[in-house]
Amino acid sequence: MAWRQLRRDFAAGELRILLGALVLAVLAVTAIGFVTDRAERALALEANRLLGGDAVVLGDTPLDGVVREAARAPGLRSTETQEMPSMIRVGDADDERLKFGELRALGEGFPLRGRFRVVDTVDGPERDAPGVPERGTVWLSRAGADALDAKLGDMIAIGESQLRLSALVVQEPDAAIDYFNIAPRVFLNLADLPATGLVQEGSRLRYRLVVAGEPDAVEGFIRTAREGLARGQRLETVKDARPEMRSALDRADRFLSLAALVSVVLAAVAVAMAARRHSARHLSSTAVMRCLGASQRTLVATHGGELLLLGLIASTIGVVLAFFMQWLVGNWLSGALKMNIPAAGWVPAVQGYGVGLVVLLTFGAPPILALRRVPALRVLRRDLDRTEPSSWLVGLAGVAGLAALLWWKAGSAKLGATMLLGIIATLGVLAALAWGLISVVRRLRSRLRGSLRYGLANVSRRAATSVAQVTALGLGLMALLLLTFVRTDLLDRWQVALAKEAPNRFIVNVQEDQQEPMRAFMAERGLPAPDLFPMVRGRLVAHNGEPVKAAPAEGEPRSEEERRGQRRRDREYNLSSAATLREDNRVTAGTFWGQQRPEKPELSVEEGFASSMGWKLGDRVAFDIAGQRLEATVTSLRKVEWESFRPNFIVLVSPGALAGYAASYITAMHVPPERTRFTSELVARFPNLSVVDVDALLKQARSTADQVSTVVEVVFYFSLLAGLLVLMAAVNASQDERLLEGGVMRVLGGSRRQLRLAQASEFAAIGLLSGLTAAAAASLLAGVIATQVFGLPWQADWRLVGVGGGLGVLAAVSAGMFATRRVLDAPPSVTLREVQG
Amino acid sequence: MPHDLAMHTKVQPDPQRLALQVSELGKRVSLPSGALTILDGVGFSISHGDTVAIVGASGSGKSTLLSLMAGLDTPSSGSVLLDGEPLSALDEDGRARVRGEKVGFVFQSFQLLPSLTALENVMLPLELRGDADVETPARAILAKVGLGERLGHYPRQLSGGEQQRVALARAFVTRPAVLFADEPTGNLDTRTGQAIVELLFSLNAETGTTLVLVTHDEHLAARCGRRLRLDGGRLVTGERQAS
Repeated sequence: MAWRQLRRDFAAGELRILLGALVLAVLAVTAIGFVTDRAERALALEANRLLGGDAVVLGDTPLDGVVREAARAPGLRSTETQEMPSMIRVGDADDERLKFGELRALGEGFPLRGRFRVVDTVDGPERDAPGVPERGTVWLSRAGADALDAKLGDMIAIGESQLRLSALVVQEPDAAIDYFNIAPRVFLNLADLPATGLVQEGSRLRYRLVVAGEPDAVEGFIRTAREGLARGQRLETVKDARPEMRSALDRADRFLSLAALVSVVLAAVAVAMAARRHSARHLSSTAVMRCLGASQRTLVATHGGELLLLGLIASTIGVVLAFFMQWLVGNWLSGALKMNIPAAGWVPAVQGYGVGLVVLLTFGAPPILALRRVPALRVLRRDLDRTEPSSWLVGLAGVAGLAALLWWKAGSAKLGATMLLGIIATLGVLAALAWGLISVVRRLRSRLRGSLRYGLANVSRRAATSVAQVTALGLGLMALLLLTFVRTDLLDRWQVALAKEAPNRFIVNVQEDQQEPMRAFMAERGLPAPDLFPMVRGRLVAHNGEPVKAAPAEGEPRSEEERRGQRRRDREYNLSSAATLREDNRVTAGTFWGQQRPEKPELSVEEGFASSMGWKLGDRVAFDIAGQRLEATVTSLRKVEWESFRPNFIVLVSPGALAGYAASYITAMHVPPERTRFTSELVARFPNLSVVDVDALLKQARSTADQVSTVVEVVFYFSLLAGLLVLMAAVNASQDERLLEGGVMRVLGGSRRQLRLAQASEFAAIGLLSGLTAAAAASLLAGVIATQVFGLPWQADWRLVGVGGGLGVLAAVSAGMFATRRVLDAPPSVTLREVQG
Repeated sequence: MPHDLAMHTKVQPDPQRLALQVSELGKRVSLPSGALTILDGVGFSISHGDTVAIVGASGSGKSTLLSLMAGLDTPSSGSVLLDGEPLSALDEDGRARVRGEKVGFVFQSFQLLPSLTALENVMLPLELRGDADVETPARAILAKVGLGERLGHYPRQLSGGEQQRVALARAFVTRPAVLFADEPTGNLDTRTGQAIVELLFSLNAETGTTLVLVTHDEHLAARCGRRLRLDGGRLVTGERQAS
């Protein structure tokens, strides 16, 4: 019965709109799912690039045994690097430049992910390096070449070898941000290392085994390697690398989720509209079925079954189309980002079916199932009011479905709830605004004549319908505005924040008595006074009175977490002191001492670090600083935005507590790029200073941000398309009425021009109202999202109103005129017969 | 006493004095099952002030003939002169102008615009024609059809009979040369239908409009001065009857 009904409806062309809306729903969600999936995989790849592979094992001894064996598994590629400190010499005896630097010997095939970026001269154009240095040649870090005054072709002496300089490295694929790493870095072929004679018993050599390959194989390697790590070895995967990178990925993930769930909402709106229209078109035939003795159960089975079949067919079409679209987009993305985008998985397809059915059942089912209550009397009285499902039922089903989808797509209850509340509030606000504006139109209407008057009259006379239309169109437009304007704005602001505030020079090792001269030096050059942070190096010795040993008393720590804790206990810490906190530090527990200098020393600790060390508020921690003991109480925990690119310290000590300990100072500042002489002038004046040029590092961070933005943009284009199509569905929903009115007006002598004007003025009014309400709502919602979710400041953007109104008019008029073109083209008798028939 | 229509008499009618002149009118449509002839070589003429009923079985082509005479549809062959205007020579906008100036309509299903009040529905054709004062005549004619108190009601708030009165008011408000009615009582009970028929003929008498109506209702057909009978798309008889 359901199948027959479906076929009949298809043949009659009655399901086109509902089918279209559903296909669109599934298409939007699935295509976004596919693209998001691929984008996330691409981003993961990009993050892997920063490791030089998918996983890295580091150690102080050669990496043999289980780990080496695991790296040979099928589906994996591996290579290795060895690093050690060494003196680097350039020039002959008369003019010999000597620096203590870092040697990095690269195995064939390194890096497995990413590329070295190199130049031929200090300010030459950048290019990708092919592979690793050839035998007999070396590469030198650009800063190192600068410091050593080395040029391409110079011979570089390393140990007993003389190697020719063949390129300057601007960016290492796996350069971790290490502000204190200012030594020149030399890169040579691993095969050249033995000849240098540097590898001897007791050499401080560090080994890295880099692995990449198919995801399953990499997972397998990670599992095996984790089990088989020997003492002094550790494993790094993209998951535990680079806190600032993770933060960027998380942010990108939120943007993508947001895009996906806005599309879900838009699709649901389209389905609800189309279902309502479908239901309206079935009133007569359902009444006839009732007359012929169909029970409510039969009607539910017929309509419900038809709905399910429709859902399956639409979902299949949507998934197939989505697959082709993501394939095209993937190719484009791959070209635009100059990187390989991995193929999409099958999960989004399953999700597509799920979304299609959920949207259909929660948004499409209520009006269609309400058909079972159509009175048989309608056969005789066509003018009987149509049966509307209980508005509570529709509302609840819709909200429940929406909540479930939002929660699932947002992947976080908080973001989901924020969005749900936002959408409900938005619909309320949109409806209220629409109502107000329609009242204005109603007054305006009496001053107009003819077609214009009838166009506007249609808007104000059908006030309830118009409110619904404006609200729906407004939601679509709001999404567009939110997605284009606000998204661009948020991203711009984030990038601007990064670009403007991010310091590009770290100045380390400033001595106590150099603080004032340095401030004067900056002032002479019109640069802002630097914030100098004291830095005292200390080793952790006791926690709550318990001595902390360099190695645990009994056995090796088992878990990765414990190992990390062990490493953290073993290393030296840079302790600093501050009276106030910058905005990139936020106290999450306890109280920060502030301006009041505590009597006894206190500590403020980064929360992630504290939790990995098992430190809690009130714990007493002791450090050994150059043989002296400093004991202090943890009184606050902080959350640090590492991506601010400013000096941040895991452990801050209350002011005064570090007095008497030998401290050097560190600062970070932004030097305009045109001040090319800044570093050399500074070093000439203060020879002991180390200046780290983080421009290259920043460039890497910004390029990552750019790539993330491009991916996000692609995802948002899908939502934009979804929004436009919803807009057309909204116009289609009222098409029958429009056809009828157009037909009658034609019969009564209305000319094509008059009709067109009436339609255009009505659509223009609806579009304008939608645009205005959308702009207002988008500003509100964007404010909530910006401040609550992304932690960015927000201000109203008046351009939204202009763009919203213009876009609304343009979209509503073009979509409306397109949808009602038959009214103008068809002979009036045909139009009337069709609508009435 | 029945006699052949003008077309079949030796005396050629003066086109200037005719409200409608239909010549060799044909309408064919293509269907998947083949071409279907709905009207075939229909010809007759109607003088000003005549009242004519088009009768025939379902599917005999009555409504199609009405659509063609009113310029709502275009014929496959033949021509229609409406008050001297050759409809076939006009485009859709031209026909719309002719309809606005000379034609009134009453439909079986009323075809009131659901979004407009009774008054606004009646004002609509005057507005489309570009009249300066649209409200006064609309109010006056609604009062005449007995709906003077229900000007602000929407169609859904009116009974079927009341809706048809609004439709009559809308049809007559422009004082059309020809009024076409398609089963005007088809959706109404006998009593209401009767009242509508009375109203239709009284308005017609008052305005001197030519009335062409399609009906199954023998009583209604009997009220008309002439009767055209269609069978299988062909005109079989044209009877003039005593009113």
